[in-house]
Parts: sequence; C-alpha cells; structure tokens
Amino acid sequence: MHTKTIAELTQLLRRREVSSRELTEHFLQRIDQRDERYNSFITVTREQALAQAEAADQRLAAGDAPALCGIPIAHKDLFCTAGVRTSCGSKMLDNFIAPYNATVVENLQQSGAVMLGKTNMDEFAMGSSNETSFYGPVKNPWDTNCVPGGSSGGSAAAVAALLTPAATASDTGGSIRQPAALCGLTGFKPTYGRISRWGMIAFASSLDQAGVLTRTAEDAALMLQAMTSFDVKDSTCVDEPVENYSARLNQSVRGLKIGVPKEYFGAGLHPQTAAKVQEAIATYESLGAEIREISLPHTHLGVPVYYVIAPAECSANMSRFDGVRYGYRCDNPQDLTDLYQRSRAEALGEEVKRRILIGTYALSAGYYDAYYHKAQQVRRLIKQDFLDAFTEVDLILGPTSPSPAFPFGDKVADPVAMYLEDTYTIATNLAGLPGLSIPCGLVDDKPVGLQLIGNYFAEAQLLNAAHQFQQATDFHTRIAPGAA
Amino acid sequence: MPVTRSDIEKLAELSRIAITDAEAENVASSISDILMLVDQLQAVNTEGVAPMAHPLDAVQRLRTDEVTEEDQRDSLQAIAPATEDGFYLVPRVIE
Repeated sequence: MHTKTIAELTQLLRRREVSSRELTEHFLQRIDQRDERYNSFITVTREQALAQAEAADQRLAAGDAPALCGIPIAHKDLFCTAGVRTSCGSKMLDNFIAPYNATVVENLQQSGAVMLGKTNMDEFAMGSSNETSFYGPVKNPWDTNCVPGGSSGGSAAAVAALLTPAATASDTGGSIRQPAALCGLTGFKPTYGRISRWGMIAFASSLDQAGVLTRTAEDAALMLQAMTSFDVKDSTCVDEPVENYSARLNQSVRGLKIGVPKEYFGAGLHPQTAAKVQEAIATYESLGAEIREISLPHTHLGVPVYYVIAPAECSANMSRFDGVRYGYRCDNPQDLTDLYQRSRAEALGEEVKRRILIGTYALSAGYYDAYYHKAQQVRRLIKQDFLDAFTEVDLILGPTSPSPAFPFGDKVADPVAMYLEDTYTIATNLAGLPGLSIPCGLVDDKPVGLQLIGNYFAEAQLLNAAHQFQQATDFHTRIAPGAA
Repeated sequence: MPVTRSDIEKLAELSRIAITDAEAENVASSISDILMLVDQLQAVNTEGVAPMAHPLDAVQRLRTDEVTEEDQRDSLQAIAPATEDGFYLVPRVIE
C-alpha cells in the first residue's frame, strides 16, 4: 500500500478495497518501525490520526467523501496544528502547543486528509540540509550518510522513505524544491500568495510560500487543490480564481515553448547533474516542446539579494520570540532585558542567531540604504529578467540544485557554501513565481532534480508539463534502496 | 568591510540575544564572509529602479473596523511561561 500514489489510494478507498483506518495503521506502523533510521518525524499523532481515519471511513461509507478523504499525510512542523506541538524545529517552541490550525491544515482536514504527524525541519526553516534542527539531522533515504536537503528535509525524507504518501512543506529560497531534488520527489512551490500563510510560522514574509512534496505531479495537483483557498486572515493571500490543477494534466506539451537560461549552466553546476538536465531537455523535445536558450542576466545576484532580504525579514519576525507569551523562558531572569537576552540565546540555534544578527545589521541606521534598499532594487531587476523571458517562452527549465545530496557536515562550517546550494531556486522566491522540482535521473545512485519555473499563477501549466515528463519517464517511480 | 567583535556585541544587544566572547568572535568572521558575498550588490546600477517589497506589488487590503475575533485569553495564556489573573508575568520593570 505504501508504494501507491494518492491518486491510486483514492481509488482503493472509494471502492472500499481498503479502509482509511487500515491505511493509517499501515503508515503509522511503518513510521514506528523505520523512522529511527531517518528521523523524519518530530511528533507522531497516532490517536488523532486514527480518529480522523474513522471519521473518513464513515464519510466514504456514506458516499459523502471529499477529494482526499482518508488519505494519510504529514505536516511540516511549522504549520500550526491545534492541540499538537508545533516546534518549528526549535528548542524555542519545544513546549509550544498551537492553539489553532493553520489554514493549510484546516483546508486539508476539510478535504478529509488524515494527519500522521509533524515532520522535522531546519530550525525556523533556516537551512538547506536539515542539520540545524533542535531534534537532530534528518537522513536521506537514498544514502543515510547524506543530507536530505532543507529546510523541508523531514517532509522529503518521510515521503521518499514511503512513510507518508505526501507532506506539506514551505519554500522561502528553495526549501521545497531542493529537498525534492535531493530525495527524488516532486516538490511544488506555488506563486507567492497563492496559498494562505496564516498559521505557517514566518521566516521571511515576502518570500515564504506553502507547498507540497509528493511522488508524482498528479498527486501534487490533488494536494495543492485542497490546500488553496483565498484567506482574509493572510493579508498577502491573493484573491485570484483557482484553476482545476488536474484538468490539464493529460494535455500534450507539443508546441510548448521552454526557455533554458544559460546562466543556470555555469561553473558551479556538477557536470553529471548538467548531463541529466540535458537529457531531460531532449525528452521534452521528443514530446514536441520547443526549446530556446534564454538569458536571466541577474541570476548571480539572487543569493546576495536573498541574504539581505531574508535575514532582514527574519530579524523582524523572530522578535516575537521573547520568552513572555509562549515558548521557552530562561530560568531566574534578573530583569526584563536578561529575560529576553537569555531566553533567546539559550533557545535559538547558531544559524538562526546568525541570520537575526545579519538582518539587524542590514536594517540598522546608516546601513539601510546600502543593504536593504539596494537589495530591494536589485530584486526588481531579477523579477524583470523573468518578465522579459516570459514574453518569449511559456516555462523555464534548469537544474534545481547544483549537485546531488552531500554528506553531513560538508557545508556546516561554511555558511556561504551552504547558501550557494540555493543558487537556482532563490530567484523564483524573489520574483514570487511558481516553481517545481521533479526527478530526472540518478548520479552515483543519488537523485537529480529538474526545475521548472512558470509565470505568475501558471500552476496548472507547470503541473501539466511535469506530468507529461513523468508519463514519458520512470524516474519518479524509483524508490530509495531499503525504503520499499 | 569586515565586521568587528564590538559590532557584533552591539547587534546582539539590539537583537536582545546574549552572546559570549567566543561566539562573538566566531560570528564576526562568518558574518564578514556573508557581507562580502552581499557586497556584490554595490556594483549594480540601480538608478531609477523602484524598490520591490512585494512580488505582485500588492497593497494592503482594508476591511471595515469591526470585531471578528472572540476572546481567547484563557487558551492563549495556557501556553505562556507565567501568568497571573489574566496578565503575563515578567520580572519587575518599575521599582
């Protein structure tokens, strides 16, 4: 059962060939028996899951089943879940029981999905390797000596290890797409504002976007449909009509114009990764797509812009963790300042502190114009590159990540090397565009990700292009060794 | 421009994060590396480019000023480190 996709499981549930209770028990048992190897879950919500499964079975029996009725899923531990610890991978929130559900959680619950638990992640979603979690690193199911990517590393490892058919995730600079690439999954980050951020613990508010990790584009379409709604509680949520993401999956990509940015194939790209991406280009050509070389001339400035804007917004967002209203408080504070300073020092990890300090620097008097203002200007130039490209092409294609999964500890001592891991994904967040990663082969037995970037609100078109690729290839059906 | 240990101490104070001497030294060097990366921006000609704060250049939505939330003080204070009679407790601020 665990090798089946959501699309397949939905059929089995509706034909009553399996009950949601059986399915849920099966995945809970797999988590119990196998997750010690991967550390992909922070919290397993066995009782709630079984109760939700029972309710789903009743609805299925009554013939009143919403789209994902009875399908087990997991949530990245930055989505607030009422009555369940929501840690964000941090000691700061180790004792935080969320008093309400995030809109994404609520929407999936309304759609009948069953929550198995909360997945591990880089602390406050700051990292590209899932090594900054208070709950310890997550192992890549393809090679447990290697990182799963981050920050949604727990969600990715859980899906790749077949411990859940799908998991929610969030992407601020590549945190869905890079782990999807490193774990051989389909990872989708929608247009900024497409999915409500309400109840999703904020890192960098002008970049954060919720999305999903699944094994196929077809499943991503089903999940995204359920997650998407206009939400007045998120002031940046956009009130645009939502397409039917599954309706266009089977359309041909003949005549689709795909742009390949020359800047995405520069010196930093692993040659074997580049070769796999070239093979994927050939696949699209054989499917009738038209490939054009394009230029996104400000690509090299994406990481520098990001490391001003993201820490600046992070430093503002993280100020809410003060040891007063919720979360960690230090013992025996001498006075209020001591309470703030020691609570934050004792409960926040090194990378989070580093980003708060950089953000504070970039926003301080005397530096604001040179850093934050300048970065916002260059951000517009990056967006303009994409707008220019989309006058010529429908989609943009390139690698997701410069190389396959790397060993633990490889980049911990060098933050800049870690940041360059997101070279190809960051610009999409800066521009607010939708993007996805799908598997396009293996290098040294480790998955390689292919990235597709669409114009604003081109979710259905991206899913169509990804699904057509998956109809023509079998990379998405490969399972990590030992996971089956 | 390299960041010094005293810069870091000032930033830590502004950020309300207690920091040890050893940490300050270490952070000064990693932040200097990151600022070197970021300094590439200074060479870009951005004359006349409007700063971009939101990907879709959206503006704040407005709504009528009416109460939409119900009182949840008890459930919200249930997760606080220290409360008394509906108030959050902190060390004495005014002597």
